[in-house]
Amino acid sequence: MSKEINIKLKVWRQAGPRAKGQFETYELNNVSTEASFLEMLDILNEKLISERREPIYFDHDCREGICGMCSLYINGHPHGPDTEITTCQLHMRKFHDGQTITIEPWRSAGFPVIKDLTVDRRAYDKIIQAGGFVSVSTGGVPDGNAIPIPKKDADEAMDAAACIGCGACAAACKNGSAMLFVAAKVSQLALLPQGKIERKNRAKAMLAKMDELGFGNCTNTGACASECPKSVSITHIARLNREYLVAKLAD
Amino acid sequence: MATQETKIDAKIPAGALDEKWTNYKAHQKLVNPANKRKLDIIVVGTGLAGASAAASLAEMGFNVLNFCIQDSPRRAHSIAAQGGINAAKNYPNDGDSVYRLFYETIKGGDYRAREANVYRLAEVSNSIIDQCVAQGVPFARDYGGLLDNRSFGGAQVSRTFYARGQTGQQLLLGAYSALSRQIGSGAVKMYSRYEMLDVVIIDGRARGIIARNIVSGKIERFFAHAVVVGSGGYGNTFFLSTNAMASNGSAAMQMYRKGAYFANPAYAQIHPTCIPVHGDYQSKLTLMSESLRNDGRIWVPKKKEDAEAIRAGKLKPTAIKEEDRDYYLERRYPAFGNLVPRDVASRAAKERCDAGYGVGSTGLAVYLDFAEAINRLGENVVRQRYGNLFQMYEKIVDDNPYQTPMMIYPAIHYTMGGIWVDYELQTSVKGLFCIGEANFSDHGANRLGASALMQGLADGYFVLPYTIQNYLADQIQIKRISTDAPEFVAAEKAVNEKIEKILSIQGKRSVDSIHRELGLTMWDFVGMGRNADGLKTALEKIDEIRKEFWSNVYVPKTATNPNVELEKALRLSDFIEIGALMARDALLREESCGGHFRQEHQTEEGEALRHDDKFSYVSCWNYTGDDAAPELLKEPLDYEFTERKQRNYKE
Repeated sequence: MSKEINIKLKVWRQAGPRAKGQFETYELNNVSTEASFLEMLDILNEKLISERREPIYFDHDCREGICGMCSLYINGHPHGPDTEITTCQLHMRKFHDGQTITIEPWRSAGFPVIKDLTVDRRAYDKIIQAGGFVSVSTGGVPDGNAIPIPKKDADEAMDAAACIGCGACAAACKNGSAMLFVAAKVSQLALLPQGKIERKNRAKAMLAKMDELGFGNCTNTGACASECPKSVSITHIARLNREYLVAKLAD
Repeated sequence: MATQETKIDAKIPAGALDEKWTNYKAHQKLVNPANKRKLDIIVVGTGLAGASAAASLAEMGFNVLNFCIQDSPRRAHSIAAQGGINAAKNYPNDGDSVYRLFYETIKGGDYRAREANVYRLAEVSNSIIDQCVAQGVPFARDYGGLLDNRSFGGAQVSRTFYARGQTGQQLLLGAYSALSRQIGSGAVKMYSRYEMLDVVIIDGRARGIIARNIVSGKIERFFAHAVVVGSGGYGNTFFLSTNAMASNGSAAMQMYRKGAYFANPAYAQIHPTCIPVHGDYQSKLTLMSESLRNDGRIWVPKKKEDAEAIRAGKLKPTAIKEEDRDYYLERRYPAFGNLVPRDVASRAAKERCDAGYGVGSTGLAVYLDFAEAINRLGENVVRQRYGNLFQMYEKIVDDNPYQTPMMIYPAIHYTMGGIWVDYELQTSVKGLFCIGEANFSDHGANRLGASALMQGLADGYFVLPYTIQNYLADQIQIKRISTDAPEFVAAEKAVNEKIEKILSIQGKRSVDSIHRELGLTMWDFVGMGRNADGLKTALEKIDEIRKEFWSNVYVPKTATNPNVELEKALRLSDFIEIGALMARDALLREESCGGHFRQEHQTEEGEALRHDDKFSYVSCWNYTGDDAAPELLKEPLDYEFTERKQRNYKE
């Protein structure tokens, strides 16, 4: 049931990419536990605005856990303490009265800070642009049922395709690796007959782009998968490694 | 300037219904490959319509400049569509056909859409599925490896293709992957975190846009031979809606102020299955997919005292006996039951709540109950079908829907109205095209479930790439125009002046506080049940809100950009004008049709009552100045191929 709590927030403030950032502390009272985490930040921002102070800049859009726009490192966890959800689906009932909540941006070499809690994640788009697609143009494709796909493969491809590109995996990784993100796309397309034709080039090109953009290597700690809001499994990284190895052997 | 005598030409090709699109394609003008390289096209938006259009146009050889408001083109709100996409494949052999999909869409839209457009939509629907499969979209499949279909609200056949409860996401990522391929090859130049602030008209033709780089705050100018806008709907006029936070109607209003008609602004869809409002700090409403109505049964208590006890927290829904439950949709509409179209289901929920039978702490909720489905199918099957939706509900509401019924209530979801376009998707401004939810076409007064994804992708993959060539074929002699041209300079100056004006107010009200006030006014007076007095009140209140905004809004002059309050203020200034346009259109349309329900015009049984003799037209609003009332033009809707009937979901 609904109740109200008083909380203390330690929020990362940074004026721009090259500015020096620091934590600022805010107190917020009478927050309903039924409010979402981002609604709590809305309330804080309304308060800051009413005090003629600059509101906190954070990314968000759909507020239903699917667009991948929201981020935030909350008390040491990407997307906060709850599991299998994004920050926008986190609710204040997960926090208790008197708690101090620390909020930071994604911290990863591949995601430079734009302002406050917002980072630039275009690196993920560039990885997809390197080969995360099937090279078909509009029109001239066969009937949707021309190529049957075993249900098991389609289901597993869907598990991988559930990735929302939020960046939590790289933010959670001590090496700042984007392997789970790359693996999700490579695995999805490697499982489907439509994607198999370009599989070798895809795995090599996407990994090369990942390295080039400053993401680290994978050491199988599994932090990515345990923090992934969509539960993308680390087994996809194993498939990516196989895809890459087979591609390299064929060179 | 247009006058009452201005004839609206929708450019519908002649011929039989099923030959129009074929004939059009056979006779339209095309641009040869060498000339395509010389032509630039701006596409604003990266949702299903924008991304598929940008990718397809680039594949054909045009130079494309693509803009999105988010940090990545993968995030547009199409991504949130859950249930599915319709196509007339007839894979399940249950009697579907292009004609049937056309007919149900026309009927579902309460006979307020163009026959030719809707038929074309049904015709290209099958190609969309093929295209998405080829891109690697992981649609649901059955054990034989073939594509699976399900039924969806308002349809009597199973024609909906789906990818779990994330169909919009998977289709958008398919379009995004095609777009990414073109960005990688250099054929599309992508501008993310950019917001369009005006369209630039030179010699009566759209030749570019003014856009704001959200990160730097810089206002920039962009030229193109044609401008395509796929900026989505204007549901956020209501503040609380199922739309994403950044979804807005500003691009539409920019086009409108430059001469593009705004068509049927009153047609907004209220979706019946959303999580109810819970507090005054609420920022958005979450949709629960309509597919839940396939197995969930909607009810409220039969006795008022039970409803009162539930609201007071003294009684649990599971304690109410079967005979004391009112499954009101099954009672009122035996043939369709819980699967009636969205507008019908929403109004029925409002009717029960207004009569005092609503549940939840506010009394503004009804139950969506899966107990019977769990008994029939087992919890596992229900979990397989709706697991992600149940999880989402539980995370938000903190209640387990496997054990206790979900609570739902209608919320603003989709806007059928939008910028007027002809058969070629061109607005009333030459060279300015509008696609997807942003335009008004195809859905009439009410959209059927799983048809938005179909329309967005139809426009972007299979319609616009043809029709825009018919325009561009005459533009191959036009050299790229410098963005130093006086029209660009003037447009940028006007944008800067508007920004300065907003920043100079330094009043006392935050943007959101004024937006909430607008939203409440819209919901109370321009919502599910409208009447003349209420709509007049809405117009008066919106006038006051407009005055309040322009005299008392506070937007911080932040030292560094991004300045999110400024972004929101610019959008709100347009939402206020859209709200007024919606109320004005709703007041004028003295009939009920689809999502537009005028309480004065209903049947004895409380159903929508159309007046085809007086209102069989598209209301096209023509801008005449900031301080002048817009002028109404009418595009008559002649039904040549279908007989219009009173919609009946009872028998």
